[in-house]
Amino acid sequence: MSKIKTFGFDTLSLHAGQRPDPTTGARATPIYQTASYVFKSPDHAASLFNAERAGHVYSRITNPTTAVLEERISALEGGVGAIATASGQAACHLAIATLLGAGDHIVSSRSLYGGTHNLLEYTLPRFGISTTFVDPRDADAFAAAITPKTRLLFGETLGNPGLEVLNIPTISELAHAHGLPLMIDSTFTTPYLCQPFTLGADIIFHSATKFLSGHGVIIGGLVVDSGSFDWAASGKFPTLTEPYAGFHNMNFVEEFGPAAFITRARKEGIRDFGACMSPTTAFQVLQGMETLPLRMQRHVTNTRAIVEFLATHEAVEWVSYPERPDHPDHELAKKLLPKGCGAVFSFGIKGGREAGQRFISRVELLSHLANVGDAKSLVIHPASTTHHRMDAKALAAAGISEGLIRLSVGLEDPQDLVEDLDRALRASQKD
Amino acid sequence: MELETPSGNLFGYTGARAHQSGQDAVVFVHGTGMDHTVWVLPSRYFAHHGYNVLALDLPAHGRSQGKPAATIDAMADAVIEAMAAANISRAALVGHSMGSLVALNAAARYPDYARSLVLIGSTAPMGVHPDMLRYAADNDHGVVDMLTYWGYSKAAQLGGSETPGLWMAGNTLRLLERAADDLIHIDLAACKEYDTGLSHAEAVACPTLFILGERDIMTPVRSAEKLISAVTKARVCVLEGSGHSLMMERPDALLDALISIV
Repeated sequence: MSKIKTFGFDTLSLHAGQRPDPTTGARATPIYQTASYVFKSPDHAASLFNAERAGHVYSRITNPTTAVLEERISALEGGVGAIATASGQAACHLAIATLLGAGDHIVSSRSLYGGTHNLLEYTLPRFGISTTFVDPRDADAFAAAITPKTRLLFGETLGNPGLEVLNIPTISELAHAHGLPLMIDSTFTTPYLCQPFTLGADIIFHSATKFLSGHGVIIGGLVVDSGSFDWAASGKFPTLTEPYAGFHNMNFVEEFGPAAFITRARKEGIRDFGACMSPTTAFQVLQGMETLPLRMQRHVTNTRAIVEFLATHEAVEWVSYPERPDHPDHELAKKLLPKGCGAVFSFGIKGGREAGQRFISRVELLSHLANVGDAKSLVIHPASTTHHRMDAKALAAAGISEGLIRLSVGLEDPQDLVEDLDRALRASQKD
Repeated sequence: MELETPSGNLFGYTGARAHQSGQDAVVFVHGTGMDHTVWVLPSRYFAHHGYNVLALDLPAHGRSQGKPAATIDAMADAVIEAMAAANISRAALVGHSMGSLVALNAAARYPDYARSLVLIGSTAPMGVHPDMLRYAADNDHGVVDMLTYWGYSKAAQLGGSETPGLWMAGNTLRLLERAADDLIHIDLAACKEYDTGLSHAEAVACPTLFILGERDIMTPVRSAEKLISAVTKARVCVLEGSGHSLMMERPDALLDALISIV
């Protein structure tokens, strides 16, 4: 908490990164739909290419609209800078590829979004980067998995699908004791509910597709640098502490200090891998972020109402939400997530796989699809969709029961959601 | 480059280019609690445009070792020692905030070393808010907050960085948080106690450029008038809309101003 008056979260959600357009006076952030930018002179061009002047060269690397979004998420997270990417997956990959290379190792929570799990478990090993997955509730397991080749610890603020609350202060302390950074996927919580940098994390990424944009209309990602990690003292990150031949022997720690990581990610990763965000997408994410505080408040209050309703429903076996006293991380959630535990949670329906399918076929207001974080309420039954090839045993190994239903609670009138759920739940219990 | 000096082993950033014999030099001096990274863009520019650049980390700042210099005189001595160690006999001396006092002091006391002088976000005497000193004495984060947020214009506190994707205030917070315990207090006390600025200004013989921020509340333009009047060959450039953190808020306009004198 700052000792002097600074702009608050709601104000930053609306304004951070943008001033009225100096040319036209436009109050909204203009969409600079351009691939490149005219140089003032040959010397100006050379100076931009050689990082002697600030400015834009080519929209794969920077764009004025995208830059507003990058500043805004940095402000809300309390970081030094950010890069907007084509998707959350691209953000995750950009962060990892900036720090790690062949032979390096990650220790990760095993409770992950499926796409992230695929990247770590199957894809990155082809490029020589291995991952050990551990129980997110077991700090000792994180410690035991660290090897001399480990370069990153990783987890989600709220695990998927069990909503395990990652003990970020404990895991970050462990990481730092080993000279390692902690990266957090903060998609489910957004900076409104949790600011992982204040808890000790070093890098954050988001799928901006979800709550940040908030309306299910774009695919995008963001990676944010806290600027706090001491790369030089760690001695394990030559990409940041040694001259980079790919940019005239630039030494990122020496030249950019706190912004070393995010600068390397831009000078190399977004330049070479090219998974950038389009300016139109950035505009749409910015529109969403303007109402992030209001939406997250409503997402949480609606979720609490739905959780309360489901917890006493005769067709429901269990409800998993960290605000409930029976959740294993209830006490930790009260400490780390005092504003709420998000709007995505799971419950178990009586009657297993078949009952789950009947329930899904009878919901009318909730939308059956594979996404979360929309303004509209969403529902999915993993056993009949994303995990339909798995039998009961395989599902159990993945932490998913046959009757598990995942909800992403939207902004509708909560009573309308309750009525839709009640009707579908009752129908699910009839053969 | 690493520099062995009587003030300790100091570090000077060269703008990512080795010094060449026969080139003119530019020496940058940072402000309270900061280091050479605040000069990365102009350092790279001048280094790649035929100058030998030395963006010095003052003793105990950034990558420099040694004991903190407790007075502006001692800091100026360290700059001259570093120039000598880097085989720089004469340079454009460029300083920001506390660094501007150091550059002014060096130009007055070591006139042969100063080809020209640039004082950015400068005034003398340089008052320091008592709360700032109190927080600094306690190594309380409040001093980092004050230096950061008072260092930006109100508009820039909402961002709009010319360097795409960089959150300026966050960058300044992190940089100041890296300062060792007591260092910021030593720097601030040195600024407050430096009472020979006006007489030193009268002794400056080289061409001098003041670069000031129109919206600077730490060293307001009006507060610099006496200092400007005291310098014989002074020119003034006020950057529209900028607060005290001119290198972050208006890097392009600042560089253009620097080019006009360096």
